[in-house]
Amino acid sequence: MNIKTIDDATVNQRVYQLNLGPQHPSTHGVMHLLVTLDGEVVIKIEPIIGYSHRGHEKMAENRIYEQFLPNPARMDYLSGMIFNHGYCMAVEKLCGIEVPRRAEYIRVITSELNRIASHFIGAMDYAMGLGAITPFLWGWDDREQILDLLEGIAGSRLTYSYGRFGGVRNDIDQAFYNGTRRFIDRLRGRFWDYENLINQNIIFIKRSKGVGVISKEDALTYGVTGPSLRGSGVKYDVRKNEPYSAYPEFNFEIPTREAGDCLARYQVRMAEIEQSLNIIEQALDHLPPGPVRSKVPRFVTPPEGECYLTFESARGAVGFYIVSDGSRIPYRIKVRAPSFSNLFAMTKICPGHFLADVIAIFGSIDVTVPEIDR
Amino acid sequence: MNITQLPYIKDIFAFMGSDLMAAVIGLLIIAVFVPLNVAFLVLVERKVAGHIQLRPGPMEVGPHGILQTLIDAVKLLGKEMVTPGMTDKVLFFLAPILVVVPAFVGWVPISFSPIMQIREMNVGVLLIFSFSSISILSILMAGWSSNNKYSLIGAVRAVAQNVAYEIPLLLSTMSVIIMTNTFRMSEIVNAQSSVWHILYQPVAAIIFIIATTAECNRAPFDLVEAESELVSGFHTEYTGMRFSLFFLAEYTNMVIAASMATVLFLGGWFGPFFPGLIWFVIKVYFLIFVVMWVRWTYPRLRFDQLMNFAWKVLIPIALVNLLITAIVLKVI
Repeated sequence: MNIKTIDDATVNQRVYQLNLGPQHPSTHGVMHLLVTLDGEVVIKIEPIIGYSHRGHEKMAENRIYEQFLPNPARMDYLSGMIFNHGYCMAVEKLCGIEVPRRAEYIRVITSELNRIASHFIGAMDYAMGLGAITPFLWGWDDREQILDLLEGIAGSRLTYSYGRFGGVRNDIDQAFYNGTRRFIDRLRGRFWDYENLINQNIIFIKRSKGVGVISKEDALTYGVTGPSLRGSGVKYDVRKNEPYSAYPEFNFEIPTREAGDCLARYQVRMAEIEQSLNIIEQALDHLPPGPVRSKVPRFVTPPEGECYLTFESARGAVGFYIVSDGSRIPYRIKVRAPSFSNLFAMTKICPGHFLADVIAIFGSIDVTVPEIDR
Repeated sequence: MNITQLPYIKDIFAFMGSDLMAAVIGLLIIAVFVPLNVAFLVLVERKVAGHIQLRPGPMEVGPHGILQTLIDAVKLLGKEMVTPGMTDKVLFFLAPILVVVPAFVGWVPISFSPIMQIREMNVGVLLIFSFSSISILSILMAGWSSNNKYSLIGAVRAVAQNVAYEIPLLLSTMSVIIMTNTFRMSEIVNAQSSVWHILYQPVAAIIFIIATTAECNRAPFDLVEAESELVSGFHTEYTGMRFSLFFLAEYTNMVIAASMATVLFLGGWFGPFFPGLIWFVIKVYFLIFVVMWVRWTYPRLRFDQLMNFAWKVLIPIALVNLLITAIVLKVI
């Protein structure tokens, strides 16, 4: 009988390979990490992607611009509202459509609410990767309020199609306005709880500090963007550096940390939640009156040409590159996904860390697998 | 005093031979009590976790979900026991059987109240420690025989962790033993009739609770299971009743550890107003609640941090504590 067990195969080898995924509790979807280990120390890590490839970019070539509206939210299901508005902005830029100021403000409010929800998952899922399950459910509880608010105006809870070319689908109502005010107050009161439960937790700090340091050079080389880049000390945020929509009208900070480790990335995310609250508050205070959608033809027909629009999702700089051949169907839509670049920075920083740190680093970079594969 | 001196049973004992009868009755009580207690503890764990996490926990089966774990046990009993291909069949079969043995035997020398103790032994404390080491053997067997890398990593971690944490555990116990000069459970409790040992030995008590948490593989020391890294650790490949035997052993070991801490440091059955047994149970379940509370509050340590904590922090402190205790006792 020819039995080949792992002890036979690896008894004379120190080095062995471990498949983290495609089905694994902490790979956030169908993600496959092929880890080469010496004992528990990582020698090499190889992300294998493509398990949730759905061909969104190819789909875009076979349908008119309006029909592609639901797709962007399904690329990154955690910041669907931001992607949805981003795609609308790209098409508006291509066609030269004006957007009413009230619509821009509503876009900012909904995008920032979505960013908070996404950051809650990112930060708390990181804590769950370290083994603390309670913060995850606390974050889930706060995120639930946002989903309820957005459901009230957009109709769906996760994959929104709220944006339209030239504005948004409908105006916000009084319930949304009051609910958002209440949510801001509630969340400001909750930061104290998170501070006590996680930020000052000695094991959490010991597991995070100095783990998975992405240096400033590495971050720029790998094209890391978003909170992961700002955690490495680079003050780059598309909302400030290449302002779009109504963002220049708001007063907010870009939180950065110099350390570049998992703790820094976590802290940047938590600080960004506070900044997003400030933006929402300012937008609600100065919400201009007027229509929420400009006069746009039923089906847009962009002129021949191309445009690139970049915006800041919860994970970093997203780029929509649209090539038009003058017909109602886009010739090509290319999406620059931040998770893809951020993920591959892992291959550089993981070697030398323990297996448990791989999960921590993976959680702190906060990727969405469907966005990598698209 | 032991169970043979209960009023009605005494006559039967005189008829049958008291030692044999005490063993039979005691083991019957254990066999009934252990699984029910585990079912209760799993429910408590889920309820505690639920309320800490702002949710109600199981609510569907029975009022407030109190029958949930019984239904779960029935479900697990009905499941097929899958043996994956290319496993070491004998060890794979034996591991879950071996893991429950110390969980049952560990109850024998524990004195719950002045009259509730199955068997008084000269080496009662040592017996529990030596049997608890067997459970590590079964974890190693399970991890090795599963032919799964996650299981193997979990098993290797378990062995290293238990070797490291048994030393501070025994050292902190020794601080109490040299104060009482006995390994008998009931005598250790009787020595605390006026002052509990936790007041004399606060450091040893804290080290004991930390080390037993690690010995029972409970969070924040649950690296053996570490569901975010190792899926389920050493019992990844186990299904059905075999899986639940590991579960049963884990929770029973937790109760035994809490009972040991109660006997050694919290004055066993002593307390005002209530009878001894009730005080004992209150103290044990309070300790278990604290362990659950910690589990749902703290993240998991990393493996090197776990080892450093044992070898560089706990063992030196326990040694110094033992030394100081010995010197103070000699001087007095």
